Amino acid sequence: MYDRSAKLAAKGVGIEYWLHRSKTLFTAVKGVDLAVRPGEFLAIVGPSGCGKTTFLNAVDGLIPIAEGSLTLDGREITKPGPDRAMVFQQPGLLPWRTVLGNVIFGVEAQGSMGKREAIDRAKQQIELVGLKGFEDAYPLELSGGMQQRVNLARALLTNPEMLLLDEPFAALDAQTREMMQLELLKIWSQTRKTALFITHDIKEAIYLSDRVIVFTRRPGRVKNELEIKLSRPRDLRVKRDPQFLTYEDEIWESIQEELAVPAERLMKGVPAA
Amino acid sequence: MSKEVLLGEPFATRTGDRIPARETRSVVRPSRIKQYEPLVIGTFSVVFALTAWQLVANARIYSVLFLPGPWDVAQAFVKLFQTDDIWLDIATSGTEMGIGYGMAIAVGLLIGLLMGWYTRFQYALDPFVNFFYSTPRIVLIPLFILWFGIEMTPKIAVIFLGALFPIIINTMAGVRNTEAALLRVARSFGASDALIFRRVVLPGSVPFILTGFRLGIGHALTGVVVAELIAAKHGVGQLIAIAGQTFQTPKMLAGVLLIAGTGMLLTTLLQRIENRFQSWRPQIK
Repeated sequence: MYDRSAKLAAKGVGIEYWLHRSKTLFTAVKGVDLAVRPGEFLAIVGPSGCGKTTFLNAVDGLIPIAEGSLTLDGREITKPGPDRAMVFQQPGLLPWRTVLGNVIFGVEAQGSMGKREAIDRAKQQIELVGLKGFEDAYPLELSGGMQQRVNLARALLTNPEMLLLDEPFAALDAQTREMMQLELLKIWSQTRKTALFITHDIKEAIYLSDRVIVFTRRPGRVKNELEIKLSRPRDLRVKRDPQFLTYEDEIWESIQEELAVPAERLMKGVPAA
Repeated sequence: MSKEVLLGEPFATRTGDRIPARETRSVVRPSRIKQYEPLVIGTFSVVFALTAWQLVANARIYSVLFLPGPWDVAQAFVKLFQTDDIWLDIATSGTEMGIGYGMAIAVGLLIGLLMGWYTRFQYALDPFVNFFYSTPRIVLIPLFILWFGIEMTPKIAVIFLGALFPIIINTMAGVRNTEAALLRVARSFGASDALIFRRVVLPGSVPFILTGFRLGIGHALTGVVVAELIAAKHGVGQLIAIAGQTFQTPKMLAGVLLIAGTGMLLTTLLQRIENRFQSWRPQIK
């Protein structure tokens, strides 16, 4: 598991922070060991509040880790960097900027690309995510699904080593979510960027990933992992494949166990959310 | 929103069609009359009020001194502009207003942005801002007259202080209200503090800042008039004071009209600017 070829390696990662209101130390994740292989699409699923998003924020460098080590290509992660780009759950678009202006915001913030080049490439990126013709639209004129396309294009334009996706489709309705999953796979297959995808949707995780990791309840750590041996390219019908359903059952069981943890273990743990 | 997604998206994804804009799908097109409704109703209500006022005045239950009609005021207004003094009054008040309000914008914007951005700076200045904002700055006029005499300077000081605090408070609120999600995105892409300030915080604060400017106008105009009422050589406020004391009620009201008109004009102007900055916000109506 700790092979040196890993893109992202987490060893014994623990993350904690102070809850100001209750003045208690909150342990979000503890002892996370995992490795993401180059070019792999890895999904993390887990019960609600298990610290999976917190872990992703640490990978992005937005929050520090309390213990263990977290490395990307062997370098310790201490702050955000151009080698990673996040697709957020909430699109986080600047409402006064057009689609084009929002897509270039990532590279603009990084200062990694000239404006002219950024605009040219952004236009290609916008086409890639299926928003051609909407370059000059404002975010509030777009549907939720379209906003998430902008969110994705902004991340892709920075051409990161690793793409981090934090439940990007969680707020969308069921049909849109399925279309977006299909589109994401299409785009991902063109670039094959290493991707770390956080979700609570088991089907989504299986459908997208090469490997699915299940987190325990809080404080989260890796409970088990599952290689998804479904051939690519995958269309949406694969979700009714018997193999797919076997994976789904297995992950579902695994999460159920976590939800059914006896009350005394709950009490000993950390304050309830 | 979700319905629109359902209808629009899958088709567009499949065919690459441009998703039809929302307006074309609206069933009832608003009629042209509806568009001018605010203007029409507004005009009617003003005309109605003026007529009622004129009728009551015409009944002459009270003399012109106590209740001049709108026609009397209009005549006084025209007569006012036939004298040379009025231009000196307007120039005096205008200069006071321009300098005082201009300084309030410059200083208020700077202090407001600093207080919003640097928490410690806010802690340091909060007591003073609260003290002055909750005190009518007019009460300082006697002190200003002692310090600066009865020329323009004490008026400028009152106008400045009047407009300053609404601008500071609103600007600060604008910076403070920057959406956390936007800051997170900017940080995630490694944006420097300077870039976050210029590209995220400042544009997001514009509506608040302009609201502060707009509130400041009201305070500044109050400052002009009240300061001139107390002691002045020239100015529109002075004109109102003298007309009032010499029982020329129509002339006094003409002066009031001048002040009110200026206020409305400046506020409308700022409202226009505000709308320009908000073109990205879909119309609610």
